[in-house]
Amino acid sequence: MTAEIIVVTSGKGGVGKTTTSASLATGLAMAGKKVAVIDFDVGLRNLDLIMGCERRVVYDFVNVVHGEATLKQALIKDKRHDNLFVLAASQTRDKDALTQEGVEKVLDGLSEDGFDYIVCDSPAGIEKGAHLAMYFADMAVVVVNPEVSSVRDSDRILGLLASKTRRAERGEPAVRQHLLLTRYNPARVANGDMLSVKDVEEILGISVVGVIPESEQVLAASNSGVPVILDEASNAGHAYHDTVARILGEERALRFLEVPKKGFLQRVFGG
Amino acid sequence: MGILDFLKRKPEPTAGLAKERLRIIVAQERSTRGAPDYLPLLRNELLEVIKKYVHVDLDAININVEHDSGHEVLELSVALPDGKPASNPAT
Ligand SMILES: Nc1ncnc2c1ncn2[C@@H]1O[C@H](COP(=O)(O)OP(=O)(O)OP(=O)(O)O)[C@@H](O)[C@H]1O
Ligand SMILES: [Mg+2]
Repeated sequence: MTAEIIVVTSGKGGVGKTTTSASLATGLAMAGKKVAVIDFDVGLRNLDLIMGCERRVVYDFVNVVHGEATLKQALIKDKRHDNLFVLAASQTRDKDALTQEGVEKVLDGLSEDGFDYIVCDSPAGIEKGAHLAMYFADMAVVVVNPEVSSVRDSDRILGLLASKTRRAERGEPAVRQHLLLTRYNPARVANGDMLSVKDVEEILGISVVGVIPESEQVLAASNSGVPVILDEASNAGHAYHDTVARILGEERALRFLEVPKKGFLQRVFGG
Repeated sequence: MGILDFLKRKPEPTAGLAKERLRIIVAQERSTRGAPDYLPLLRNELLEVIKKYVHVDLDAININVEHDSGHEVLELSVALPDGKPASNPAT
């Protein structure tokens, strides 16, 4: 069996790729899969913080690509799940530190080690790092916010996935595309101030694999280095669980699309 | 308008506008996707030329690359205003 390679990408920055990569990888691991999650954001390492393993980074992705460390040395085992591993980005400022051959070698190595899924957390933009993160993908999770520049950029990314990937170049079956709408605010949608799920689906012509509500718990989760999917009390966490289940082939209805009816105390104190 | 009117006025919802604008720009960008990089520049230069004769905006010029049974066809269309020549013809 070869590993399934999933790229989490978006074009626009700051839309929730790293948040999603961490929760997706954790969710897949919770489903019993052996998972590696790789930070492709060379120079701006962040996934380690979101996964809560920042103090255990000794070797990174670029070290492995350059043969300065083995995969085994560089993979950081997750504190909570034995079958989940993190490969941190390098903090080098050399943008050319990653090469296509180098990335391929690492992905092949993980595949040989029996990994089921490799989640690639793409940097923003459409430059080299983003290209390398998507090039070998079998599946893409395109993270989009309900906002004009993010929607436009995601369409650009969908176009690149269809043309600038190994699958496209070899004429193999296309990269499977999943659209993940995040930072969704039902109240603003109800007021007509924010694009709705349906709007985004219509504009891009594909349906969403999940909708993650805008949630204060996401910040709390990154503050504590615990992927938000592990927060049983947050809607964002539940929405990520649903998304992972759908990616694994389960059918689940979308949740958290309506304005939550708040009790008096919640209205006063927020929540 | 009194200050009370101002306070009472609700801002117009803008999501519909966002959707319309995105629909148009996404369609336009898809139609030129994979097409030569010089298309936007070509479009701008065409605009300059056309402007010498008639007043048109950039969005009056439509460029499409059609894939037609193995051929690539560059399709240009310019929506002309109602026959009014430019007030200051080319110098
Ligand atoms: N559902 C959400 N609700 C609230 N805040 C969120 C949500 N998702 C992400 N955020 C916040 O948005 C910010 C950007 O998230 P994140 O770092 O995951 O984005 P990114 O796409 O990886 O950014 P970059 O392009 O810089 O890599 C963070 O502060 C994160 O906490
Ligand atoms: Mg990121």
